[in-house]
Amino acid sequence: MKEDIRIGVFVCHCGTNIGGFVDVPSVVEYSRTLPGVIYATGNLYTCAEDGLASIRDAIKEHHLNRVIVASCTPRTHAPLFQGVCEEAGLNKYLFTFVNIREHCSWVHMKEGPKATEKAKDLVRMGVARAQLLEPKEEARIDVEPKALVIGGGISGMVAATSIANHGFPVYLVEKEADFGGFVRNLNNLYLGGKDATEMLKPIVDQVTSNKNIIKCLKSKVAGVDGFIGNYQVALDVDGKEVKDKVGVIVLATGADEYVPEGLFGYDLYENVVTLTEFEILCKRKTLPKISSIAFIQCVGSRGHVKSYCSRICCNVAIKNALNIAENYQNILGKDERGAVVEKVGVDMKAPEEIAERRRRRRGRRDREGGEEEAEAPAPSEGIEIAIFNRDIMSYGLEHELNYNKAREKHVRFVRYSPANPPKVYTENGKLVVDYWHDTLKLQRKMNVDMIVLSTPLVSPPSAPGISKLLKVPLGQDGFFLEAHVKLRPVDFATDGIFVCGTAKGPADITECVFQAQAAASRAAIPLARGYVQAEALTAIVDADICTGCGTCIEVCPYGALRKNMDGVAEVIVAACKGCGCCGATCPEGAIDLSHYTDSQLLAEAKAALQEAIQ
Amino acid sequence: MMATNAEKLVDESTASEEWDPKIIVFCCNWCSYAGADLAGVSRLQMPTDFLVIRTMCSARVDPEFVLRAFAKGADGVLVAGCHPADCHYIGGNYRTRRRIAILRVLLEQYGFDPDRLRLEWISASEGEKFQKTIREFTERIKEIGPNPLKED
Repeated sequence: MKEDIRIGVFVCHCGTNIGGFVDVPSVVEYSRTLPGVIYATGNLYTCAEDGLASIRDAIKEHHLNRVIVASCTPRTHAPLFQGVCEEAGLNKYLFTFVNIREHCSWVHMKEGPKATEKAKDLVRMGVARAQLLEPKEEARIDVEPKALVIGGGISGMVAATSIANHGFPVYLVEKEADFGGFVRNLNNLYLGGKDATEMLKPIVDQVTSNKNIIKCLKSKVAGVDGFIGNYQVALDVDGKEVKDKVGVIVLATGADEYVPEGLFGYDLYENVVTLTEFEILCKRKTLPKISSIAFIQCVGSRGHVKSYCSRICCNVAIKNALNIAENYQNILGKDERGAVVEKVGVDMKAPEEIAERRRRRRGRRDREGGEEEAEAPAPSEGIEIAIFNRDIMSYGLEHELNYNKAREKHVRFVRYSPANPPKVYTENGKLVVDYWHDTLKLQRKMNVDMIVLSTPLVSPPSAPGISKLLKVPLGQDGFFLEAHVKLRPVDFATDGIFVCGTAKGPADITECVFQAQAAASRAAIPLARGYVQAEALTAIVDADICTGCGTCIEVCPYGALRKNMDGVAEVIVAACKGCGCCGATCPEGAIDLSHYTDSQLLAEAKAALQEAIQ
Repeated sequence: MMATNAEKLVDESTASEEWDPKIIVFCCNWCSYAGADLAGVSRLQMPTDFLVIRTMCSARVDPEFVLRAFAKGADGVLVAGCHPADCHYIGGNYRTRRRIAILRVLLEQYGFDPDRLRLEWISASEGEKFQKTIREFTERIKEIGPNPLKED
């Protein structure tokens, strides 16, 4: 038994904003002639208290079960009028907004009667829609108060600790046998120069001592199914399968360093290493004795192999240059014959030419006798350091100072153009960087004992698999893609899954910690609240019509559709955002979108064209 | 010369008074509807012949809606959505783009001028683009003439 439709129409003058251009009384009069309209009135300002009161009173007095306000835009005023409807006991989804200000009076100020006719058309469309509206309830979905953090590097550990400190159990899944991730490779850290192991230790200790963190080493995620609040996860913990339900997932799977195969003699000469390999040499104290070293920046990045700038390498190269200039004894291996020594004569003295030049420079300084000049330390132990770069990006507050400091320490910054990069080869058993000096306009050579290539951080090979498993997107560069670069930087578009750290692009430790704490606090919101409010606007599948072709599952950007036991599509209400893409795609017309149903939209279109069809 | 121009103007204005097209505009809630709102707030004047129907996403616009609108006598249908890569629902507008492209081919096969259907990306900050689009589209529809189904 269908209820009687009793519509109330409230047409707003909005002072003169509407009333000055649209004949409001005639629109009210016209509204009364439309089917289902029991009551119609004009208000000077519908959004003012007396306007709102007139809605409330009319709902009670005339037993209205649909309310239409014809005034401004739903984008600003819908919540206000919906609230009034709810106060008067009317479900807010039975309210219809008709925009006769922004879309009519304000853009047709010189059209006179035509604007009034258009306002009538718009009200007629609203009435057609209102007749088909249905009350809706927003479903509440319970959230399992547990989290899963994938990746036990610095970001994962910080995120897990943060969530655990909120009081929620956290699975921390790490594929290696130890926590620490990429940072375990590093020697010391820029800004402060603290030893990486020392920095890592308290963070690892916090994880290992935290009772709320379920530590899963040598583990991986085998399966994920479900939606926010109810993710069924299967973990492979050192060969054993663990299954549990978690409410949220934080992705912190990190990045790898790009291996520059075929670039700058990396595969040919042992003393050509990457930035991280250099860090490892320093950390293990196996750095051979060197008298000259060259860093080459942007190897494989910024359009070379990868399109992006890896951001951190300039600062890291400067840090390492300063380490050599200031702290050489401490990073030098005690055993001066490390693995690298044997191949190239790294123990050689500086070439005569360079030594001679240095003698001359020193002599000049002695003669000039400037105090500052005399005190300025030459590169430690007379080691020549050059950083070949396209441009130095020492972004951040203190990095620029480090850059200046490096220049004061006589680290040479030599610019090269991507069209004419330096060449690396050996001459008489020694490594040579052959480069075009753009300022001198001369082709120069530099003899070096070691070359360090600054290669970008890249997305690990495991990323596509994880992306498929969690149904979260990867960007063009292979890193995970957040929901919005500025407004939702640690969320995925899929509710309940968050991302932090280098999994989402090159970042330094400070930035990873920011992101991890941000992701943890975002993840803690549904956990702490205990429930999520589902959208009332969701897709609805008519199981009788659905043929189970699966097209909707393919097009849904949120993974909100799946096939049920009967082989037909089923909407996961908690995951659906109500865009309606599936409905427009379904070849059988089996999917509709609540509150924007096919029939409602077509009724609007039909009402709009009423004059046209005669 | 002047007189002929003036005559022409009078002719055109009387001609347009004789026939006002009916144009349905599907606007996505997040970008284009807001862009239309901005056009209003900025008092950008435009012809009255369009009526906006709000959908959540431009991808909600089922090709069937467009065909039915034409069947019911619409002279033009404009679908407006977020710019590529800016869709509130990740990538709905890419699907819209494909659907509209195919739909235009279909319309042509049915003997409709494909220009009766237009897709436009209008962001929330593009009130002027909304005005320009409505003006151009109305002009174009007037050139093409009334929906052929209406003559029957």
